[in-house]
Amino acid sequence: MGISKWDWETGQKTVVESLSPIEGHGWQEEPYVSPDGETVAAIVQVDEGVFSVRTNDTVWENTFDKIWGLKFSPDGRLTAICQQDMEWVLVVDGEPMGETTDYIWETKFSEDGSVIATMYKGMERYGVCVDGEPWEELFENVNQYTLSADGAHAAGVAQVQSLGQADIEGFKKGIYTVVVDGVRWPNKYLNVWGPAFDATGEHVAAQVRPSVHAYTIAVDDKPWAATYGQVWEPIFHPKDGSVVAPVRVAGKWGVAKDGNILWEPRYAQCLYLQYGKPGNKLWAVVAPSYGEFTVACDNAAWDVTFPVVTDLVVSPDGTRAAAIGNEDNTNFRIVVDGKAWDGVYDMAWPATFCPGGKNVAAMVEKDGKRIILVNGKPFERSFDMAWPPIFSEDGAKVLIRAIENNSYVRIVADVARF
Amino acid sequence: MSRIADRKVADPGLANGVASLTPEKIEKVVNQVLKGETGAKLKVYQETCMRCGLCSQGCHFYMSHDFDPSYSPVNKATETMYELMNKKGKVTPDQIYLMAQMAFTECNLCKRCAHYCPIGIDTGYIMSMVRRICYMLDVVPQYIRDTSHSHASTMNQMWVKDDEWIDSLQWQEDEARDEFPDLRIPLDKEGADVYYSVIAPEPKFRTQLIYQAAAIMHAAGVDYTMPSEPGWDNSDMCMFVGDYENMGRLKRAHFESAQKLRVKRIVMGECGHAFRSVYDMGNRWLGYKNSPVPIVHAIEFYWELIQQGKIKITHKYEKPVTIQDPCNVMRGRGLMDKLREVVHFLCEEVVEMIPNREHNYCCCAGGGVINCGPPFKNTRMEGNRIKAEQLKATGVHDVVIPCHNCHGGLEDIIGYYDLGMHGKFIGDIIYELMEKPEL
Ligand code: SF4
Ligand code: SF4
Repeated sequence: MGISKWDWETGQKTVVESLSPIEGHGWQEEPYVSPDGETVAAIVQVDEGVFSVRTNDTVWENTFDKIWGLKFSPDGRLTAICQQDMEWVLVVDGEPMGETTDYIWETKFSEDGSVIATMYKGMERYGVCVDGEPWEELFENVNQYTLSADGAHAAGVAQVQSLGQADIEGFKKGIYTVVVDGVRWPNKYLNVWGPAFDATGEHVAAQVRPSVHAYTIAVDDKPWAATYGQVWEPIFHPKDGSVVAPVRVAGKWGVAKDGNILWEPRYAQCLYLQYGKPGNKLWAVVAPSYGEFTVACDNAAWDVTFPVVTDLVVSPDGTRAAAIGNEDNTNFRIVVDGKAWDGVYDMAWPATFCPGGKNVAAMVEKDGKRIILVNGKPFERSFDMAWPPIFSEDGAKVLIRAIENNSYVRIVADVARF
Repeated sequence: MSRIADRKVADPGLANGVASLTPEKIEKVVNQVLKGETGAKLKVYQETCMRCGLCSQGCHFYMSHDFDPSYSPVNKATETMYELMNKKGKVTPDQIYLMAQMAFTECNLCKRCAHYCPIGIDTGYIMSMVRRICYMLDVVPQYIRDTSHSHASTMNQMWVKDDEWIDSLQWQEDEARDEFPDLRIPLDKEGADVYYSVIAPEPKFRTQLIYQAAAIMHAAGVDYTMPSEPGWDNSDMCMFVGDYENMGRLKRAHFESAQKLRVKRIVMGECGHAFRSVYDMGNRWLGYKNSPVPIVHAIEFYWELIQQGKIKITHKYEKPVTIQDPCNVMRGRGLMDKLREVVHFLCEEVVEMIPNREHNYCCCAGGGVINCGPPFKNTRMEGNRIKAEQLKATGVHDVVIPCHNCHGGLEDIIGYYDLGMHGKFIGDIIYELMEKPEL
């Protein structure tokens, strides 16, 4: 269900009056909310060794021996990793998706939520399970999996050769490669990290270690000719198929594009590369000098620096960016377009741009209270608990999902009210 | 004076590495590292060291080998790094073998000697740069090399697969519920105060430590979480191997998993070297001056819980205990007083080892030496007779050891010298003494 179909009428609604455990339940775990804010859910112990999921004031009919990993998909379906009689299965809105198996974990979704995947282990073999269907070919190990934006493809790093105990020479011959939809790349590498799809889902780039001391990027199993002291996560240009990645040369970080230096290595750190949708500008978190982090756009760093910068978010049109600056996990600031908003907080969550890119919202925490900010200004009251705000399609309203006085409330607020 | 060549130990990692070396390659790599990665510090060390030998008494290897100068810190530096510097890398592959053996297995990087040097020369640093050169030459002892490969591949030290980690936590949660019916090990709980991190031997061999930590967190009412995804292992053999590239990668995974869960701080289990990695080496390689997420060592965390009255014990541990001070959190963090306050809170009688606190002798397992495996066990046993003497002199049977490496090292020494003693983590004692629900 798209954002435009959600209830955007300004005002507040109490979705669940009391979040106290339902009578008879042993305990209720931490709450999760649906993207549209209409549902709050939690794992509940209904009896000794018997678990279920509470959604608003009802409880799933099915019960399980164990439940963990509660997650809402972007389209609002509620998923949980459940165990019954020693076997595991993904349960979606109370119903199992696919067959049970030895183990599943790491639930992921396509961008619109229509595809749901997990890691999968059966008979000591590993793969990805998409909408309840495991890959046909499974491997000795698979990790670091990812889904394409439309969910049509899944890729991971597979171990394709067994390794004896402490076999360091065997390791150096390469035992890892990328596997896409269960089909492995022909080449093997000492290590492979963080495979990433392009926008179409047809191409995959990954960090590879072709020899003991060399690191580079491989695109569809073709390593760049140049190697580096270290590399971080590559990303595809959203349109032209080129690939960029942070690379380390002689102790300094820069960016390489298709194997050629794009940003001359001069940073103490450079990571989290991002393009906006048009691919017009390239953004990154950089450290222009030791211990001083900021954001750079096309290799031009913002003036403001912090000991730590995380959660870079680029506006849909690629021209603006926001990030979180902090001092070793304290004194959090939201930084937008190179300027920190006034408030200083105990914690912060990633900012979000409205679809038009004009307004920015974020959630922060101060003295144990969650605060919703739009363009730096707080909502009129803070909450015992809340989730990051979401803009309406026209950017004129924000959805606030929060808990106050033990009730779960859903608030639609006009941006103009901030 | 003995010579390192007299005690050469066979190791496939060292032998295979050296077999593919040429003098040209050695020269190139040595000069690359010296020029590109070591600053003025090394040169100053070499030029100002007056060969006075005061550092010798700092080193347990020297003390344990009847004052054999071969084991003196200044000699180790002279036979390895200073030789490489003087010869500008013009040394033979055979020499590299011996230098690697010395740097990886006859120095624990414990930094005790720096306290005895009148000008503060840090031989531990010098030896870690020798290791770095050896790693860049691909000459590393087999077993520790394997753990660094595991780190690079799985982000943990023991090839623990992603599902095995979660499964171990859930298994321990299940077990603990027999004793504490409503206990949880909360996975991926965003916004928790504390992110609890461990090292891979815990899910692999020492699951009771996870159980005990969960019991203590539960009883103390700590709002904590453990991550389901890689990043959970705070340990770091890449650091000790000299593979700084993957040390950085590992630490990124660790810090980012805590940042993603929006926790206030990371509390780590009873491990010393991991503290050095997150607090000193790995964070700095990534460009951070401090830890991007504060790290609290278990000693400090238990101390806090005790101060806040959150740990309630039914009685004190009655038998006398002694205390092992782990180098990385004593000389590296200054936790000696807190460690003593914790142990005195828990135990009736403490008999100190002499010397102690920041002057305590290393366990001889640290710095990755125990991770070099069976070929070098004797090096550790003979190299730490002084610790055996220290332990024996206390006359007690129980040793409180708040570090995994120290545990392994001391248990070996206790066995080798037949001391009839036994090591305990602080968590073991708290768990044993704490108030538990009546079932
Ligand atoms: S083992 Fe410790 S005391 Fe001995 S040389 Fe190494 S750092 Fe110095
Ligand atoms: S004590 Fe210091 S100056 Fe003296 S020999 Fe040792 S390292 Fe050199």
